[in-house]
Amino acid sequence: MEMLSHDILIVGGGGAGLRAAIAVAEIDPSLNVAVVSKVYPMRSHTVSAEGGAAAVIGPDDSLDDHAYDTISGGDWLPDQDAVEAFVKEAPRELLQMEHWGCPWSRQPDGSVAVRSFGGMKIERTWFASDKTGFHMLHTLFQTSLKYDPIQRYDEWFVTKLLVDDGRCQGVVAIDLATGKVHGIRAKAVIVCTGGCGKVFPFTTNANIKNGDGMALAYRAGVPLKDMEFVQYHPTGLPFTGILITEATRSEGGHLLNKDGYRYLQDYDLGTPEPQPVLRSMELGPRDRLSQAFVKEQEKGRTLQGPYGDYVNLDIRHLGEKIINSKLPFVRELCLKYENIDPVKELIPVRPVVHYMMGGIHTDILGATPLEGLFAAGEVACVSINGANRLGSNSLTELLVFGARVGRAAAEYASRQKGNGAAVAAQAAEEVERIERQYLSGGGKGDKMVDIRQGMHAAMESGAGIYRSKASLQKSAQEISNLQDRIPGIRLDDSSQTFNTELVAAIELSYMLDVAEAIIASASQRTESRGSHQRTDYPDRDDNDFLAHSLAVRKPGAAPTIEYLPVTITRWPPGERVYGR
Amino acid sequence: MAVDSLAGNAAVVAGGEMVTLEVFRYRPEEETEPVYQAYEVPVHKDWVVLDALNHIKDHLDGTLSFRWSCRMGVCGSCGMMVNGDATLTCATFVESLLPGPIRVGPLENFPVVRDLIIEMNDFMEKLESVKPWIIRDEEKSLEDGAYLQTPAQLADFKQFSMCINCLLCYAACPVYGLEPSFTGPAVIALAQRYNLDSRDQGAGERNAILNTDEGIWQCTLVGECSVVCPKDVDPAAAIQRYKVSSTLQWYQKLLMPWSGK
Repeated sequence: MEMLSHDILIVGGGGAGLRAAIAVAEIDPSLNVAVVSKVYPMRSHTVSAEGGAAAVIGPDDSLDDHAYDTISGGDWLPDQDAVEAFVKEAPRELLQMEHWGCPWSRQPDGSVAVRSFGGMKIERTWFASDKTGFHMLHTLFQTSLKYDPIQRYDEWFVTKLLVDDGRCQGVVAIDLATGKVHGIRAKAVIVCTGGCGKVFPFTTNANIKNGDGMALAYRAGVPLKDMEFVQYHPTGLPFTGILITEATRSEGGHLLNKDGYRYLQDYDLGTPEPQPVLRSMELGPRDRLSQAFVKEQEKGRTLQGPYGDYVNLDIRHLGEKIINSKLPFVRELCLKYENIDPVKELIPVRPVVHYMMGGIHTDILGATPLEGLFAAGEVACVSINGANRLGSNSLTELLVFGARVGRAAAEYASRQKGNGAAVAAQAAEEVERIERQYLSGGGKGDKMVDIRQGMHAAMESGAGIYRSKASLQKSAQEISNLQDRIPGIRLDDSSQTFNTELVAAIELSYMLDVAEAIIASASQRTESRGSHQRTDYPDRDDNDFLAHSLAVRKPGAAPTIEYLPVTITRWPPGERVYGR
Repeated sequence: MAVDSLAGNAAVVAGGEMVTLEVFRYRPEEETEPVYQAYEVPVHKDWVVLDALNHIKDHLDGTLSFRWSCRMGVCGSCGMMVNGDATLTCATFVESLLPGPIRVGPLENFPVVRDLIIEMNDFMEKLESVKPWIIRDEEKSLEDGAYLQTPAQLADFKQFSMCINCLLCYAACPVYGLEPSFTGPAVIALAQRYNLDSRDQGAGERNAILNTDEGIWQCTLVGECSVVCPKDVDPAAAIQRYKVSSTLQWYQKLLMPWSGK
């Protein structure tokens, strides 16, 4: 079959993918780089990030402080060499965004303003009011347009990585507008497809967050690392799961139970003060706050609504002026989607699946164990986030590691010659597989919605904020049963033109593979650390589990789990202390 | 967002109340002409039009095709015509449109790829044509730190930086409907976003592209773009301001031809 060809192919056009593309174009304009994205790049989920991006800027701050906050926030699971590189390169990357036109909020004298954020002991979060991800994504996308070597395949959906001779050499992708399936050769492939929040029923994540890149790599034999670490953000709107940014709390918002009591004081997070205190109470880390909600729920001190239990977030005392200037999007979202005005009313919130700490196993440059395959952003696990990511580290991460992976892939690609004939045959096989499996009408009649809801139920009941051996075993069985039903899915739509049902079916198969890895990794980790809380193993166990899990796919069976020691440089494992 | 799988448990306004959605259908492989197809959808208090479309997709007809992603009004994917108005379907409540029927169609003034999905290549090309990036005579190096920009200077362009590229303004613009060569509201607003940024020096370059009939002068100031904009970008104001500054530049050039750009 006829193959398209590029030097470097980037899968995913969100923040990490665009930053990587620009890095490639800047380091070597002779390289032919293309971005394949299943949505137009400015639709990517980076757009939804609200609060900000962390990097040391003030004279009272230090790289070591940012590193310590990140490492303790991650419950000592982050690799400290990666964290040190991250905090060191972070200020330069955010400054680069400033030069590219990102509308950072400013101090009266015109310098960049920063705000406090959960788990950070010094104010170092750069922000563009409360639409930081939106402004970063549009700035990156618009800036990327000035680089001629960057080509795009907008609304192309990748179904397979092409691997031959131990090297990743391209992808197979569907051009959604025409339905035509293409093979694309590349000397290096960079996966930047984001996370997989949609494996859970209640999530802040957009419809496009299906773990595509994780599953593509997993199927190509690349381990998924630390997949048991799923971040619940403590403040999502009930029903929709719309995120209410942590910036509400850094500006001084309070979390209240049904008695109007700031309940976090009962969970070793400090004592309530009228003004926000860094690394304390509402500015504690997300994992601890979400866990406190569950404990409060067990005590019967949450409120009951039509979409489950909730607590209240109170920002009324900030006043209309601060809310309008610092949190305008929060007000807009509350007014439009909950019909409440946070200037006068309490905001109902509950924990909501938000972010994957785990992902494709990469080294500090973004290279995976599969030669020619790279990854960055939420899809990857370097790891700087460990067992719990701090708010405002992820936007910075996609810049720092997007740039790093672009440079590493450029260096790698410039050393490669063309690729072999075998990938064309593989691509032809994939075209045939898609036709046979999804479009030939051979399904036995399973509706996708049933499988998707089954997956959601299994993940929420078995692999949520608290897990146990029994709950995980049950969910593992359910996910395995659902995987068996994938070949029998019945599609109504056999059209070539923009077949969104076909895309959704393949995404569902991706999500089940990712769900399998999450559950297997959580089952094997018989300790509690950060966001991974086992009711049957409530303590952290540094003897056995100061290590990253690596889930390796075994088709037709549960994945095997291996472990890789955490890299410790200067911060020996200690107690996570907040509010005291 | 979480809505699809919680939908079954959602609070119902009235026991078993249903509403009819009349949805634009066009599948180029099957239909030569578009048709409207009616679907009966349960009424849920918290559902937006997009939730109703997803209900159809999941339970009634898997062939219905539309774009959507964030369901929080920021990705810009789900703009459609609802009862004749260009709107984000994720921000339009079904309850506000009762008793129905609710008519849903693709954004006007664009070719239709299929069903509710429009072809937007023209917009993407126009967006790129106005050089929407910081242009400097001389780039400042990163070692020299950030550009200073006061809150007042930020406020000069901030509003025009809020565009989510949802294309509602193009669907509402009568000029774009008649003259597809017109650059259009969102793209002119974006050009202004950079022109008015204190860090940018590219207004002259962009003026060469925009100070033409296709650029800004076709706009007849109907102002519908600003009415439908879900983010209060106010493209009409951007265009008006552009016209004023272009005219001033024109006079300046006429009276003082030596005065540079």
